[in-house]
Amino acid sequence: MSAAAITRGIETVGAWTLALLWILPLAFAVWTAFHPGAYAAHFVPTAPLTLANFAKAWSAAPFARYFLNTVLLVSMVLAAQLVLSVLAAYAFARFAFAGRGIMFALVLVQLMIVPDVLLVENYGTMSSLGLLDTITAIGLPYMASAFGIFLLRQTFKSVPRELDEAARVEGAGPLAILWRVYVPLARPVLVAFGLVSVSFHWNNFLWPLIVTNSVETRPVTVGLEVFASTDQGVDWSIITAATLMTSAPLLLAFLVFQRQFVQSFMRAGIR
Amino acid sequence: MTRRWQVHVQGWLLLLPAAVLLATFTHYPAVATLWQSLFTTPKGDRAAKFIGLANYQDMLADPVFWQVLVNNTWYALGTIPLSIALAIVMALVVNGKVAGRPFLRLAFFTPTVLPMIAVANIWLFFYTPGYGLLDQFLGLFGFAGRNWLGSRESALLCLMAVSIWKEAGFFMIFYLAALQQISPSLGEAAAIEGAGRWYFFRRVTFPLLMPTTLFVLVNAVINSFRLIDHIVVMTHGGPDNSSSLLLYYIFEVGFKYWDSAYAAALTMVLLLILGGLALLQFLILERRVHYQ
Repeated sequence: MSAAAITRGIETVGAWTLALLWILPLAFAVWTAFHPGAYAAHFVPTAPLTLANFAKAWSAAPFARYFLNTVLLVSMVLAAQLVLSVLAAYAFARFAFAGRGIMFALVLVQLMIVPDVLLVENYGTMSSLGLLDTITAIGLPYMASAFGIFLLRQTFKSVPRELDEAARVEGAGPLAILWRVYVPLARPVLVAFGLVSVSFHWNNFLWPLIVTNSVETRPVTVGLEVFASTDQGVDWSIITAATLMTSAPLLLAFLVFQRQFVQSFMRAGIR
Repeated sequence: MTRRWQVHVQGWLLLLPAAVLLATFTHYPAVATLWQSLFTTPKGDRAAKFIGLANYQDMLADPVFWQVLVNNTWYALGTIPLSIALAIVMALVVNGKVAGRPFLRLAFFTPTVLPMIAVANIWLFFYTPGYGLLDQFLGLFGFAGRNWLGSRESALLCLMAVSIWKEAGFFMIFYLAALQQISPSLGEAAAIEGAGRWYFFRRVTFPLLMPTTLFVLVNAVINSFRLIDHIVVMTHGGPDNSSSLLLYYIFEVGFKYWDSAYAAALTMVLLLILGGLALLQFLILERRVHYQ
């Protein structure tokens, strides 16, 4: 019995060591951001707390505008993804149209060939569409989501046909049935997909870096990079404050809705 | 209109908006990349000229191409098995009875929520020579400070550490979901039979997690070719391309040297790798990695 207790003790210590190690870089960033520059790498418990780093970062670059751009981007992408995925998934799940199999295979191609790797050609397309340096250009390649279509198709297929038939008998058309029967039943999946999508596009960096070129269009990730690499030299306290600031909305949302986040990522990952 | 026709028309109309966007931003660019890679890059008033496979010949003779390919292989080999192993350990911990599980889950999962770009900034400071936390910590044991990101030996390793830190918690979620599906009666039965916990993990839990491992593996490989944000912030692929990966090289060729034809040839390699991966996944899935 005592051997088991010792094993349990070792496991607990091991688990906590790993967790503390994992949280350490973030804890370090929080320390640096909330203390004056002199304490950036000096860990004295009596060091005075300050919000000055955040104030300096906020006034040194147009972060308010960057946040607005990101919010616009994320909501635009999410709205388009939800509408397009729901419609396409409904078609795949309930309409035996000619070419359904091959079209579904073509949709799945995007799961492998993600838009992130087709930078050069998509840049050319945006250029010929005259969309360079717009928020639309950042979102456009992601608006049709193979992942969303796949996920919702699975969900729609599990809806009992009887519900479908009942609505049809009452004289509802296909779109009315979709809206009144399928969408409400798919709500948990829609929420899960939404959370995953929002955190992906809030964090997306490389494509926005390439297609944007001005304060009016840059999302926070690109704004942070421009700020950290050019404006600040090596004032780590301010850079770290800016870093935490740009991640804060998502991080706070995560802390508040932790259970939903974890469940959403789980749900979205299970196929 | 007969009802038979209605199904086809309605199905296609529902699919159309998504199909147009997918064709424009996934299928067309994939095909166009192949086409572009057979031409020269148009410059000024000089139009693109057909040159067959010359871009690919240049590529095979380009030492940087081979280096980023080797780097990418090491990067995948160095990050993926370790991330997956850690993810399994984390999932077992969080799924077990250890005290303080909510905190542990939070600690493991939080890096996943942060933008890679923010993570890279945090770790950049972490690695700062002399002043950063890593050197301060090693200093306690008498090690001299070193330029972690500025030396050929350690730059890629530093990026790998960042990737493991960010991805392990993400993969943990999928293992956690899978573990919760495993019936507790299996564990009880094994306990009655007197099976040790390691034996139980090796012979029961791990095989049952196989479909999850396959799913995570495929995603991890895609990510190792897709996610290069931290390179942009931390090393710019340097020193001497020692920490550059394939997509970062494509990014440099396409948007720093503006050589879109050569970038297209490089992109074809990336597409082939991803396509091969898809095929592999399909073949394995056909054989079914299920134990039920």
